[in-house]
Amino acid sequence: MNRVSFQQSGGVGSRSKLAARGVGVTKGGVRILDGIDFAVEPSTFVALVGPSGAGKSTLLSLLAGLEPPTEGTIEKDGSPLSGPGTVAYMPQNDLLLPWRTVAGNVALGLEATGTSKREARSRANKALSRFGLEEFADVPPWKLSGGMRSRVALLRTALLDRDVLLLDEPFGALDALTRRHLQGWLLDVREELAATIVLVTHDVDEALLLADRAVVLGQRPARVALDLPVKLERPRTMEIETTKEFSRLKRQLLQALGVAG
Amino acid sequence: MKRVLPAVVLALGVLVLWEIGVRVFGIPAFLLPGPVEIASAFWESRELLLFHAVPTAMEAVVGFAGAAAAGILSGVLISRSGLAERSLYPWLVASQTLPVIAVAPVLVTWFGYGVLPKVLVVVLFCFFPITVGVVDGLRATDPDLLRLMRSFGASKFRTFFMVEAPGALPFVFGGVRLAVTYCVVGAVIGEWVGSSEGLGFLMIQDKNQFETPRLFAAIALLSAMGVTLFLTVALAQRLLAPWTLRRDT
Repeated sequence: MNRVSFQQSGGVGSRSKLAARGVGVTKGGVRILDGIDFAVEPSTFVALVGPSGAGKSTLLSLLAGLEPPTEGTIEKDGSPLSGPGTVAYMPQNDLLLPWRTVAGNVALGLEATGTSKREARSRANKALSRFGLEEFADVPPWKLSGGMRSRVALLRTALLDRDVLLLDEPFGALDALTRRHLQGWLLDVREELAATIVLVTHDVDEALLLADRAVVLGQRPARVALDLPVKLERPRTMEIETTKEFSRLKRQLLQALGVAG
Repeated sequence: MKRVLPAVVLALGVLVLWEIGVRVFGIPAFLLPGPVEIASAFWESRELLLFHAVPTAMEAVVGFAGAAAAGILSGVLISRSGLAERSLYPWLVASQTLPVIAVAPVLVTWFGYGVLPKVLVVVLFCFFPITVGVVDGLRATDPDLLRLMRSFGASKFRTFFMVEAPGALPFVFGGVRLAVTYCVVGAVIGEWVGSSEGLGFLMIQDKNQFETPRLFAAIALLSAMGVTLFLTVALAQRLLAPWTLRRDT
């Protein structure tokens, strides 16, 4: 595939799965996002990278339809996104419900959208088996480790079977080692989750390991500072982080973030 | 067993000291009967006590159910509607500064000597902690959880029953446990004001006739009734919402 085109002028023939067109957000008099233009091609994995407080999570809520932009539009499949419920979204906290078992938590999204309880549970159990977590189906969430909680939360979102999956720093609260494990796991199951994935992260390595493209947001008010294709071969393993190409891309990202000279 | 042992030992110790004190100082039974005297009064009058215990227990339980209904209804209303919160909540709070014992005679004037005024006294006595539990519990819902439900595309109705209501249960049970300890007191106060049966009625009679040992037996029975109700609620919580009893969630 050729170099991805961002800043498409929109309109006819747009191939984007999801796009922000001239999006700006002002909250309580503070300018958070300013003139954001970027598009996510179908079946790609895009990482949104930026310093904390840059508005990455705000941009992700816009893409999820959870709040409208102050100006500009969000488009899904070429038409404006009017509200939530069309893409799958995983927030920063796992938010597992203590009164539901693991299977019950995985089924939450389906039940919330009207799937019968029995059908939702049966699909949740199947999904747990497919991801090798069937032994946890009837366990209450407070017995799970942090890493396992994140997996369950991710499955809950993935089970909605929507074509776009938005992940808001899904491993942000985990310790470094668990985080590495989950990144590896995400690489393995990527194909099963959703065709198109947008991941918010402040971890440059995570972005390069997982994504086909890294979009860097600058300091507030955030604009797109760099849109970098990550042309590393797939399937990838963690070892890719030791390659020269990885280092080169990492340098470019760090420079765009203003933390490397 | 280990957990209840200290409480049992303390109670036995107090009872023994009480009995010894009453005997050593020769306190007459109509002033302060000893535990042995009270127990024998209880046994002698067991049929009379149980006869009067039934209506009191009934008033307490029915009143408590009414209070739970009123508390849940008002709590949901207040937490859902800003208008209800601003109009209703201040008056519910104000109602709690009224001494129920002052309102009880009015209720008897309106509704007579039957069961209804006692049940109403119990409702007035008990509903407020439940209201507060429901309001606080629903307010404590994690906003991120509401966002998650919105991202699914869930309706408000489903969000309420799947996330907000179960999430409120720890607070609601807190209010219910408080309320259930009040309901026996409420029933007795209702009976004091005007009745022809019930343990409250019997206590007034015993007081006037210096039947002090039986008065104490009635008090012990009321206390047992309250503890039983409390334990029932605690058991219900353990069975229906075991996760609310965990400290690390």
